[in-house]
Amino acid sequence: MEIIVNGKTREVGEQLTAAELVEQLGLGGRRLAMEINREILPRSQYSSFRLSAGDRVEVVHAIGGG
Amino acid sequence: MSTVIQPEASSHHDPLLVAGVEYRSRLLVGTGKYKDLEQTRQAVETSGAEIITVAIRRTNIGQKPGEPNLLDVLPLDRYTLLPNTAGCYSAEDAVRTCRLARELLDGHDLVKLEVLGDEKTLFPDIVQTLEAAETLIKDGFKVMVYTNDDPIIAKRLEDMGCVAVMPLAAPIGSGLGIRNPYNIRTIVENARVPILVDAGVGTASDAAVAMELGCDGVLMNTAIAGAQDPVLMASAMKKAIEAGREAYLAGRIPRKRFASASSPLEGTFF
Repeated sequence: MEIIVNGKTREVGEQLTAAELVEQLGLGGRRLAMEINREILPRSQYSSFRLSAGDRVEVVHAIGGG
Repeated sequence: MSTVIQPEASSHHDPLLVAGVEYRSRLLVGTGKYKDLEQTRQAVETSGAEIITVAIRRTNIGQKPGEPNLLDVLPLDRYTLLPNTAGCYSAEDAVRTCRLARELLDGHDLVKLEVLGDEKTLFPDIVQTLEAAETLIKDGFKVMVYTNDDPIIAKRLEDMGCVAVMPLAAPIGSGLGIRNPYNIRTIVENARVPILVDAGVGTASDAAVAMELGCDGVLMNTAIAGAQDPVLMASAMKKAIEAGREAYLAGRIPRKRFASASSPLEGTFF
Protein backbone atom coordinates (compact mmCIF):
# COMPACT_ATOMS: atom_id res chain seq x y z
CA MET A 1 0.00 0.00 0.00
CA GLU A 2 1.03 3.60 -0.41
CA ILE A 3 1.44 6.06 2.42
CA ILE A 4 2.95 9.54 2.47
CA VAL A 5 5.91 10.01 4.77
CA ASN A 6 7.26 13.54 5.26
CA GLY A 7 5.61 14.63 2.04
CA LYS A 8 6.89 11.75 -0.10
CA THR A 9 4.93 8.74 -1.31
CA ARG A 10 6.25 5.45 0.01
CA GLU A 11 5.28 1.87 -0.79
CA VAL A 12 5.00 -0.23 2.36
CA GLY A 13 3.57 -3.61 3.36
CA GLU A 14 -0.06 -3.98 4.46
CA GLN A 15 -0.72 -3.71 8.18
CA LEU A 16 2.66 -2.08 8.81
CA THR A 17 2.96 -0.80 12.35
CA ALA A 18 4.35 2.65 13.16
CA ALA A 19 7.25 0.96 14.97
CA GLU A 20 8.08 -1.06 11.84
CA LEU A 21 7.95 2.10 9.73
CA VAL A 22 10.41 3.83 12.07
CA GLU A 23 12.78 0.87 11.64
CA GLN A 24 12.37 0.87 7.85
CA LEU A 25 13.22 4.58 7.80
CA GLY A 26 16.46 3.85 9.62
CA LEU A 27 15.32 5.93 12.58
CA GLY A 28 15.10 3.20 15.22
CA GLY A 29 16.27 4.31 18.65
CA ARG A 30 16.18 7.99 17.73
CA ARG A 31 14.24 10.63 19.58
CA LEU A 32 11.40 11.60 17.31
CA ALA A 33 7.72 12.40 17.26
CA MET A 34 5.10 11.20 14.83
CA GLU A 35 1.87 12.62 13.50
CA ILE A 36 -0.59 10.51 11.51
CA ASN A 37 -3.11 12.54 9.50
CA ARG A 38 -2.40 15.55 11.74
CA GLU A 39 -2.98 13.62 14.98
CA ILE A 40 -0.09 12.95 17.36
CA LEU A 41 0.72 9.28 17.71
CA PRO A 42 2.14 8.76 21.22
CA ARG A 43 5.37 6.78 21.32
CA SER A 44 3.71 4.18 23.54
CA GLN A 45 1.41 3.26 20.62
CA TYR A 46 4.04 2.78 17.90
CA SER A 47 4.04 -1.02 18.20
CA SER A 48 0.28 -1.42 18.20
CA PHE A 49 -0.73 1.25 15.67
CA ARG A 50 -1.24 -0.12 12.13
CA LEU A 51 -0.98 2.23 9.20
CA SER A 52 -3.62 2.37 6.47
CA ALA A 53 -3.28 3.15 2.79
CA GLY A 54 -3.14 6.88 2.14
CA ASP A 55 -2.06 7.80 5.67
CA ARG A 56 -0.06 10.99 5.84
CA VAL A 57 2.78 10.51 8.27
CA GLU A 58 5.07 13.21 9.62
CA VAL A 59 8.21 12.18 11.48
CA VAL A 60 9.99 15.07 13.17
CA HIS A 61 12.97 15.69 15.40
CA ALA A 62 14.72 18.64 17.05
CA ILE A 63 17.34 20.56 15.12
CA GLY A 64 19.21 23.80 15.66
CA GLY A 65 16.99 26.85 15.65
CA GLY A 66 16.59 30.25 17.26
CA MET B 1 49.06 38.48 49.96
CA SER B 2 46.31 39.86 47.83
CA THR B 3 42.67 39.21 48.49
CA VAL B 4 40.31 38.62 45.63
CA ILE B 5 37.17 40.63 46.26
CA GLN B 6 34.10 39.01 44.81
CA PRO B 7 31.75 41.47 43.17
CA GLU B 8 28.73 42.00 45.34
CA ALA B 9 26.01 41.39 42.79
CA SER B 10 27.35 38.04 41.59
CA SER B 11 26.84 36.64 45.07
CA HIS B 12 23.26 37.91 45.20
CA HIS B 13 20.53 35.42 44.62
CA ASP B 14 18.98 37.00 41.56
CA PRO B 15 17.48 34.23 39.48
CA LEU B 16 15.36 34.50 36.38
CA LEU B 17 12.00 32.97 37.26
CA VAL B 18 10.04 31.46 34.36
CA ALA B 19 6.88 29.48 35.06
CA GLY B 20 7.98 28.82 38.63
CA VAL B 21 11.46 27.56 37.72
CA GLU B 22 14.62 29.45 38.68
CA TYR B 23 17.46 29.95 36.23
CA ARG B 24 20.85 31.43 37.07
CA SER B 25 21.48 32.68 33.54
CA ARG B 26 19.45 35.47 31.98
CA LEU B 27 20.85 34.72 28.57
CA LEU B 28 18.82 32.34 26.41
CA VAL B 29 20.37 31.14 23.19
CA GLY B 30 19.29 29.57 19.96
CA THR B 31 21.09 26.69 18.31
CA GLY B 32 20.66 27.55 14.63
CA LYS B 33 23.16 28.75 12.01
CA TYR B 34 26.28 27.21 13.57
CA LYS B 35 29.01 25.64 11.43
CA ASP B 36 28.54 22.24 13.06
CA LEU B 37 27.30 20.56 16.22
CA GLU B 38 30.66 20.92 17.97
CA GLN B 39 30.62 24.68 17.50
CA THR B 40 27.01 24.74 18.70
CA ARG B 41 27.98 22.85 21.83
CA GLN B 42 30.97 25.07 22.58
CA ALA B 43 29.08 28.32 22.04
CA VAL B 44 26.11 27.21 24.13
CA GLU B 45 28.37 26.04 26.94
CA THR B 46 30.42 29.26 26.89
CA SER B 47 27.28 31.42 26.94
CA GLY B 48 26.27 29.88 30.25
CA ALA B 49 22.70 29.71 28.95
CA GLU B 50 20.39 27.19 30.57
CA ILE B 51 17.38 27.65 28.28
CA ILE B 52 18.14 26.67 24.70
CA THR B 53 15.81 27.00 21.75
CA VAL B 54 15.45 24.25 19.16
CA ALA B 55 13.39 23.93 15.99
CA ILE B 56 11.12 21.03 15.10
CA ARG B 57 11.57 19.72 11.56
CA ARG B 58 11.05 16.61 9.45
CA THR B 59 13.69 13.96 10.00
CA ASN B 60 16.06 13.27 7.14
CA ILE B 61 14.96 9.88 6.02
CA GLY B 62 17.89 7.61 5.33
CA GLN B 63 20.02 9.50 7.86
CA LYS B 64 23.28 7.72 8.65
CA PRO B 65 22.66 5.63 11.77
CA GLY B 66 25.71 6.91 13.68
CA GLU B 67 25.24 10.55 12.72
CA PRO B 68 25.12 12.75 15.84
CA ASN B 69 21.94 14.57 16.66
CA LEU B 70 21.50 17.98 18.29
CA LEU B 71 20.06 16.36 21.42
CA ASP B 72 23.18 14.20 21.76
CA VAL B 73 25.34 17.29 22.25
CA LEU B 74 22.77 19.26 24.26
CA PRO B 75 21.59 16.72 26.82
CA LEU B 76 18.11 17.16 28.22
CA ASP B 77 19.26 16.78 31.80
CA ARG B 78 21.60 19.74 31.48
CA TYR B 79 19.55 22.25 29.55
CA THR B 80 15.94 23.31 29.44
CA LEU B 81 14.98 22.94 25.81
CA LEU B 82 12.66 25.55 24.42
CA PRO B 83 11.11 24.26 21.20
CA ASN B 84 10.16 27.10 18.89
CA THR B 85 7.55 27.47 16.20
CA ALA B 86 9.92 29.21 13.80
CA GLY B 87 8.75 29.13 10.21
CA CYS B 88 5.06 29.01 11.17
CA TYR B 89 2.83 31.57 9.47
CA SER B 90 -0.47 30.40 10.96
CA ALA B 91 -1.82 29.64 14.42
CA GLU B 92 -2.68 26.13 13.24
CA ASP B 93 0.90 25.30 12.18
CA ALA B 94 2.28 26.75 15.41
CA VAL B 95 -0.08 24.67 17.56
CA ARG B 96 0.76 21.50 15.58
CA THR B 97 4.47 22.20 16.05
CA CYS B 98 4.09 22.64 19.81
CA ARG B 99 2.12 19.43 20.15
CA LEU B 100 4.78 17.51 18.23
CA ALA B 101 7.47 19.10 20.39
CA ARG B 102 5.67 18.04 23.56
CA GLU B 103 5.50 14.47 22.32
CA LEU B 104 9.14 14.60 21.19
CA LEU B 105 10.33 15.84 24.58
CA ASP B 106 8.26 13.51 26.77
CA GLY B 107 5.57 15.94 27.83
CA HIS B 108 7.79 19.00 28.17
CA ASP B 109 5.34 21.89 27.93
CA LEU B 110 7.49 25.06 27.83
CA VAL B 111 7.45 26.44 24.29
CA LYS B 112 8.48 29.53 22.38
CA LEU B 113 5.56 30.66 20.28
CA GLU B 114 6.31 32.70 17.20
CA VAL B 115 3.88 33.15 14.36
CA LEU B 116 5.42 35.13 11.55
CA GLY B 117 3.63 37.52 9.28
CA ASP B 118 6.03 38.27 6.49
CA GLU B 119 9.22 36.75 5.06
CA LYS B 120 10.99 40.02 4.53
CA THR B 121 10.70 41.37 8.07
CA LEU B 122 9.85 38.19 10.02
CA PHE B 123 7.67 40.44 12.12
CA PRO B 124 5.09 38.54 14.15
CA ASP B 125 1.51 38.14 12.92
CA ILE B 126 -0.18 39.31 16.10
CA VAL B 127 -3.67 38.12 15.19
CA GLN B 128 -2.38 34.58 14.61
CA THR B 129 -0.09 34.80 17.64
CA LEU B 130 -3.01 35.66 19.95
CA GLU B 131 -5.09 32.82 18.52
CA ALA B 132 -2.27 30.28 18.89
CA ALA B 133 -1.46 31.48 22.43
CA GLU B 134 -5.07 31.00 23.49
CA THR B 135 -5.23 27.45 22.10
CA LEU B 136 -1.86 26.46 23.56
CA ILE B 137 -2.59 27.85 27.03
CA LYS B 138 -5.94 25.98 27.09
CA ASP B 139 -4.04 22.86 26.07
CA GLY B 140 -1.72 23.19 29.09
CA PHE B 141 1.35 24.67 27.43
CA LYS B 142 3.56 27.23 29.14
CA VAL B 143 3.99 29.81 26.45
CA MET B 144 6.92 32.19 26.04
CA VAL B 145 5.75 34.41 23.25
CA TYR B 146 7.63 36.34 20.60
CA THR B 147 5.87 39.60 19.84
CA ASN B 148 6.51 43.09 18.55
CA ASP B 149 7.47 45.99 20.80
CA ASP B 150 3.86 47.06 21.33
CA PRO B 151 3.08 47.53 25.05
CA ILE B 152 -0.66 46.99 24.54
CA ILE B 153 -0.19 43.59 22.88
CA ALA B 154 2.49 42.62 25.40
CA LYS B 155 0.02 43.24 28.22
CA ARG B 156 -2.72 41.34 26.38
CA LEU B 157 -0.43 38.31 26.00
CA GLU B 158 0.45 38.46 29.69
CA ASP B 159 -3.21 38.70 30.69
CA MET B 160 -4.01 35.65 28.56
CA GLY B 161 -1.56 33.63 30.65
CA CYS B 162 1.70 33.60 28.70
CA VAL B 163 4.54 32.80 31.13
CA ALA B 164 6.95 35.24 29.47
CA VAL B 165 6.57 37.95 26.86
CA MET B 166 9.41 38.42 24.40
CA PRO B 167 9.31 41.61 22.36
CA LEU B 168 11.71 41.98 19.48
CA ALA B 169 14.51 44.54 19.64
CA ALA B 170 14.66 44.66 15.84
CA PRO B 171 13.90 42.16 13.03
CA ILE B 172 15.17 38.61 13.59
CA GLY B 173 18.78 38.26 12.50
CA SER B 174 19.10 41.96 11.67
CA GLY B 175 21.59 42.88 14.39
CA LEU B 176 20.14 46.39 14.52
CA GLY B 177 19.92 46.50 18.32
CA ILE B 178 17.06 47.98 20.33
CA ARG B 179 15.12 50.20 17.93
CA ASN B 180 12.52 51.34 20.40
CA PRO B 181 13.94 51.49 23.92
CA TYR B 182 11.01 53.55 25.21
CA ASN B 183 8.51 50.88 24.24
CA ILE B 184 10.67 48.14 25.73
CA ARG B 185 10.85 50.14 28.97
CA THR B 186 7.08 50.62 28.99
CA ILE B 187 6.53 46.90 28.40
CA VAL B 188 8.87 46.10 31.31
CA GLU B 189 7.17 48.60 33.63
CA ASN B 190 3.71 47.20 32.90
CA ALA B 191 4.63 43.54 33.29
CA ARG B 192 4.28 41.00 36.05
CA VAL B 193 5.77 38.18 33.96
CA PRO B 194 9.36 38.09 32.69
CA ILE B 195 10.06 40.29 29.68
CA LEU B 196 12.85 39.05 27.46
CA VAL B 197 14.15 40.79 24.39
CA ASP B 198 14.03 38.24 21.61
CA ALA B 199 15.65 38.98 18.27
CA GLY B 200 17.55 41.88 16.79
CA VAL B 201 20.57 42.01 19.10
CA GLY B 202 23.80 42.55 17.16
CA THR B 203 26.57 42.81 19.71
CA ALA B 204 27.29 42.82 23.43
CA SER B 205 26.30 46.45 24.04
CA ASP B 206 22.82 45.77 22.61
CA ALA B 207 22.33 42.98 25.14
CA ALA B 208 23.57 45.21 27.95
CA VAL B 209 21.14 47.96 26.92
CA ALA B 210 18.24 45.49 27.03
CA MET B 211 19.19 44.49 30.55
CA GLU B 212 19.73 48.10 31.65
CA LEU B 213 16.19 48.86 30.47
CA GLY B 214 15.06 46.30 33.03
CA CYS B 215 14.43 43.31 30.83
CA ASP B 216 14.55 40.01 32.67
CA GLY B 217 16.65 38.37 29.99
CA VAL B 218 17.62 38.26 26.34
CA LEU B 219 17.16 35.50 23.79
CA MET B 220 19.53 35.55 20.84
CA ASN B 221 20.87 33.29 18.12
CA THR B 222 22.34 35.04 15.07
CA ALA B 223 24.37 37.58 17.08
CA ILE B 224 26.41 34.68 18.45
CA ALA B 225 26.24 32.10 15.67
CA GLY B 226 26.90 34.65 12.94
CA ALA B 227 29.87 36.33 14.65
CA GLN B 228 33.36 35.79 13.20
CA ASP B 229 34.20 33.88 16.37
CA PRO B 230 30.93 32.55 17.80
CA VAL B 231 32.45 31.09 20.95
CA LEU B 232 34.16 34.36 21.85
CA MET B 233 30.92 36.26 21.16
CA ALA B 234 29.07 33.82 23.43
CA SER B 235 31.49 34.77 26.19
CA ALA B 236 31.00 38.49 25.45
CA MET B 237 27.22 38.13 25.58
CA LYS B 238 27.36 36.32 28.90
CA LYS B 239 29.31 39.21 30.39
CA ALA B 240 27.09 41.84 28.75
CA ILE B 241 23.96 40.28 30.22
CA GLU B 242 25.52 40.15 33.67
CA ALA B 243 26.90 43.69 33.41
CA GLY B 244 23.60 45.07 32.15
CA ARG B 245 21.69 43.34 34.92
CA GLU B 246 24.02 44.63 37.61
CA ALA B 247 23.85 48.15 36.20
CA TYR B 248 20.05 47.98 36.22
CA LEU B 249 19.98 46.78 39.82
CA ALA B 250 22.60 49.34 40.83
CA GLY B 251 20.46 52.19 39.47
CA ARG B 252 22.20 54.47 37.03
CA ILE B 253 22.78 58.18 37.60
CA PRO B 254 20.33 60.54 35.93
CA ARG B 255 21.40 62.16 32.68
CA LYS B 256 22.20 65.88 33.02
CA ARG B 257 23.11 68.44 30.43
CA PHE B 258 26.04 69.96 32.31
CA ALA B 259 29.04 68.81 34.30
CA SER B 260 29.21 67.86 37.93
CA ALA B 261 32.76 67.80 39.35
CA SER B 262 34.00 64.52 40.77
CA SER B 263 36.64 66.10 43.01
CA PRO B 264 35.76 68.26 46.05
CA LEU B 265 35.66 71.99 45.43
CA GLU B 266 36.80 72.83 48.98
CA GLY B 267 40.42 72.79 50.07
CA THR B 268 41.92 73.97 46.86
CA PHE B 269 45.28 75.83 47.40
CA PHE B 270 45.29 77.82 44.18
